[in-house]
This record gives sequence, C-alpha cells and structure tokens, in this order.
Amino acid sequence: MQPTLSFEQAPPISVPYRFFLTAPLFGIAAGLLLSWLGPAALASRWSPGAAALTHLIAAGLMLQTMCGALLQFVAVAAGANIWRPRLIAAVVHPLIMIGASLLALAFALGDPFLFRPAVLLLAVPMGLFIGVLALALLKTPARGMTLHTLRLAVFALLVTLTLGVTLAGTLGWQGNWPLPFLTLVDVHVAWGLGGWALLLVIGVSYLVVPMFQLTPAYPVWLARLLPAGLFLSLLAWSLQLGREMPPPWLAGVALFGMALAGIYAATTLRLQSQRRRRVSDVTLLFWRGAMVLLLALAFSWLLFQMLPRLGDQARAPLWLGVLALPGVFVSVINGMLYKIVPFLNWLHLQRQGDPRKPPPNMKQMISERAMSGQMLLHFTAVALLLAALLWPLLARPAGLAFAASSLWLEWNLVGAVRQYRRFLERALRDRIDAAGSGRES
Amino acid sequence: MSAPTKILPDHHKHCDDLFVAAEDAAARADWAAATAAFDRFRAQMDAHFEAEETVLFPGFEAATGMSDGPTQMMRFEHEQMRTLLAQLAQTCAARDRDGYAGVAETLLMLLQQHNMKEENILYPMCDQALGPNAEQIGAEMSALLGRVDG
Repeated sequence: MQPTLSFEQAPPISVPYRFFLTAPLFGIAAGLLLSWLGPAALASRWSPGAAALTHLIAAGLMLQTMCGALLQFVAVAAGANIWRPRLIAAVVHPLIMIGASLLALAFALGDPFLFRPAVLLLAVPMGLFIGVLALALLKTPARGMTLHTLRLAVFALLVTLTLGVTLAGTLGWQGNWPLPFLTLVDVHVAWGLGGWALLLVIGVSYLVVPMFQLTPAYPVWLARLLPAGLFLSLLAWSLQLGREMPPPWLAGVALFGMALAGIYAATTLRLQSQRRRRVSDVTLLFWRGAMVLLLALAFSWLLFQMLPRLGDQARAPLWLGVLALPGVFVSVINGMLYKIVPFLNWLHLQRQGDPRKPPPNMKQMISERAMSGQMLLHFTAVALLLAALLWPLLARPAGLAFAASSLWLEWNLVGAVRQYRRFLERALRDRIDAAGSGRES
Repeated sequence: MSAPTKILPDHHKHCDDLFVAAEDAAARADWAAATAAFDRFRAQMDAHFEAEETVLFPGFEAATGMSDGPTQMMRFEHEQMRTLLAQLAQTCAARDRDGYAGVAETLLMLLQQHNMKEENILYPMCDQALGPNAEQIGAEMSALLGRVDG
C-alpha cells in the first residue's frame, strides 16, 4: 500500500512529460528554418530570421523544458507540489506551445497581426504559471540557497515576460508609444538569459552537480554571491530604461555580470573534476560542455569589449547568442533530460508493478550509445553554428545538423516513453492474469 | 546544545563514500572488493534507516501528531531503497557489471533526492519540534549509527 502522500514525491508523470516531448520539436523547427533561410538569417541580430530562431529556442525549446522540469523539481526542492499540477500543465502547455510558434512566425514573416495572438497566448498562461510557482516557492518551510535562487529566477522570468509582452505589443499594435525599443530589447535579453535561464541553471546546479557525481558542494560564499550579484547587476542594467546611462557604466555592469557567469562556469568545472564518483556519463559531459561554452561566452564578450573592431561587427552579438542558446542552455537541458526522464520512468513504474518484477533500471530506459551519439551530433551542430558566423555558407548545413540533433533527442525521449508503456502494459496484463487465475482456483 | 539531527547529514556523506567504493570496484569487475564494499555500504544504510525509523520519526510524530505526513513518505522511500539494495546484492552475486551500474545509478538518484528532502526540510522540522527530548533522541541515534563498524 502506498502511504497518504502529503509530502509528495512527484506530480503525475504526464505533467512534465508533455513539456519534454514537445520541446525538441521547436529545436527541429529552428534548425529547419535556418537551413531554409540560409546565411541571411545570420546577417545581424536584427534580421527577422535571427529573431524567429532565437524565440523558437528560447520561448519554445527552453521555456517548455524549464516549465516541465520545474513542475517536477519544486516537489523536491520545496517539498511541496504546486497547486493542481495536472490542471496547470493542461492549461499552460498547449497555450505556450501555440504562443511560441505564433511568435516565431510573426518574427519570420514580419506580420504585425500575428504578434497580437502570440502576446496573449504567452502572457496569460505564463502569468498563471509564474503565479502558482511563486506561491509554492514562497509558502514552503524548506530553506537553502537553491530555493532562494529559484525565487529570483522566477522573478526574472516575470520581468522577461513583461518586457517581452511590451515589445511584442509595440510590434503588434504599431502604436507610436514613446518607448526606447532597442534599450528594451537589451534589458529583455539580459533578464531572460542572465536572469531567468542562468539563475535557474545555477539554482538547480547547487543541488544536482553534487548529487549526480558526488562532488564537493559549491562554496557557501559563492553560492550566495552568484544569485545576489547577478540580480543586482540586472537591476543596475535596467536603470537605462529610466534615463540614459554613460556607456562605461553600462560596460562595468555587464563586466560584473559576465565575470560572475565565468566564475560560476569555472567553479562548476573544478567541482566536477573533484568528483568522488569515478564513473562518467552523458549528462556529466553535457554539463561540462555547457560550462566550457559559458566560459567561452564570457571571454568572447570581454574580447569584443577590448577590440571594438571585432565587437562592432553585426555578427558579434549572434556569436554570443549561439554560445548562450544552443551552446550553454540547450546543452544543459539536453543532459538533464537524459537524467530526469530515465529516473521518472523508474520512479513511476516501480509503484505500478509487482514488487517481485522490478522495472528496468535507469540505464535500460535509453541506450547509452543513442545518448552519446546524439550528444556528439549536438556539439557538432553548435560548432557548425559558430563556424557559420565566420563562413556564412555553412548556415544551411549548421541548421540541418541542429534539426537532426533535436530530432534524435526527440526519438530518444519517445523511446523512453515507449519503454515506460511497455512495462506498464505488461504489469497490467500480469495483474489481470493473476486475478483471473485467482478466480479459477 | 547541538541539534539532534546534526549527525545525520554527516552519515549521509559517509554512506555516499561507501557507495562510491562499491560502484568503483564493480565497474572494474573486481568482485571480491565490490562485494566487501557493498556489504559495508548496505550495513550503514540499514543502520541509518533503523535510526530514523525507530528513534527520530517516532519522536517527531509524537511531538507533532503528524503520523501520515513527511515521515510516512520517508519510510516509503526507505522501502524503495531497500528493494534496490536487494537488487544490487543480486547483481553483485551474479557478477553482472551492467546490471550493477544501472541499479546503482537508480539507487543514487533516489538516495540523493531523498537526502536532500531530509536535510532541507525534515531535519530542520525535527530540530524545531523535538524540544526537551532532543538530546536523548540524538544520543540514541548516535548509538545506533556507531554500532555498525563502517
């Protein structure tokens, strides 16, 4: 018998899985879009193609997996499920999927009318999601730096969303609002990537980096400094919305934020090299790859500041964007999915079946070879995307490689779900057989 | 006065070390070393479960009146881990390297998220709830955990 679960172990498996299974589709779409548009999409950050690609990855792939994973993760970090997880997932998931698709389409086609439904379909469900998540994170009696960092991340998501809605609203309703559009974009990007996404990765890594490989914990002073420092630098960066700030001051703020990101990446790499567990796996390699790319991002930014001839190139911001989105964040997400999905499969299955017939273990859910093959393809795609900024002819092959890697990820996840179903059906059949033979005897 | 649960996070780390030693030996297919290391690991895990289930949890339940709350969930997870420990013993006896690696990975995930919930949520709750009995409960658990040589 299962006990009454007042200290829930997990929400129903369909809650996170629906997000995980649709997220890679946005990666496939992004790759195909790039291969279709070709070099023009990578001409500058202001090209319609670049904006569409960015939002397919950020508001599509990343947002979906992060929402799905948080619905799961909050149960562990805060010791409490969010309010009505099934209902929240049923409302939020389809709406943000359509919203993100429309947003990307609006950018790609430059169609102002498409921005209007896109704004609504993202703002309403994300507002709801942020609300219930904030409630769960604020109400919990649990404590710890992860929880604190997650709270800041959710606040950053709210700011990102608000700024994004304002920007897309401006494009959609074409009003002559007296808004500093380009400044708004810079602040929106900073809160989205340096706030929401990076804070989430940092908060989660405080738990999972020591947990997966039994590394030492992050030093306490650093664990406190990183979220507080990043948050302060984001607030300082936002001052430019109110009045014009001197460029050296803005550069100083950005330098501070980038330095924190670099220190975080270097520390994570050092902790992983001190791990007590000697066996390695795909998730660890994805994390390490992501941290190397985060270091590369911080160094590239510094280089662009020191060599304005390089930094003023139209493709320089795209270089940073490729390092951040497919490089850092998609790699972490990809690696985490390969740990979360096999574990959730096992966790839910072992409650269903006969205790004498245990479910397959985690390593039997997705084959190691399929995961490492997909990882190689993913990092090849990232390398090709970076190379395409130097040699634009590579844009189409890079897009195809990224689409193929996302497709392979999807295939591996679907395989895990089929494995789950197979075991569940067998357990059900056994139970029916047992009931049948019980009646006969 | 130190908190009654102060020894438990340290003991979690101790169990982690023993887990690593066994996993490492099994990965090298050094089965004599793996069996010895696994036996030590399992003994410490059992002692830890016992200290919590027979001393800490009843103390918490008596003090708070919450008998089907967090402690029940923790007991449930202990059962899940006992099943995995039994499976690990089987794969160890069968010298099944891949089997050991897969079950060990599964156990580690379950164990770590379990420890996280205990250390971040349950232990602070216990320290707050136990009040005057805290010292005695701490002493009883130390005795149980010290009994097994590890």
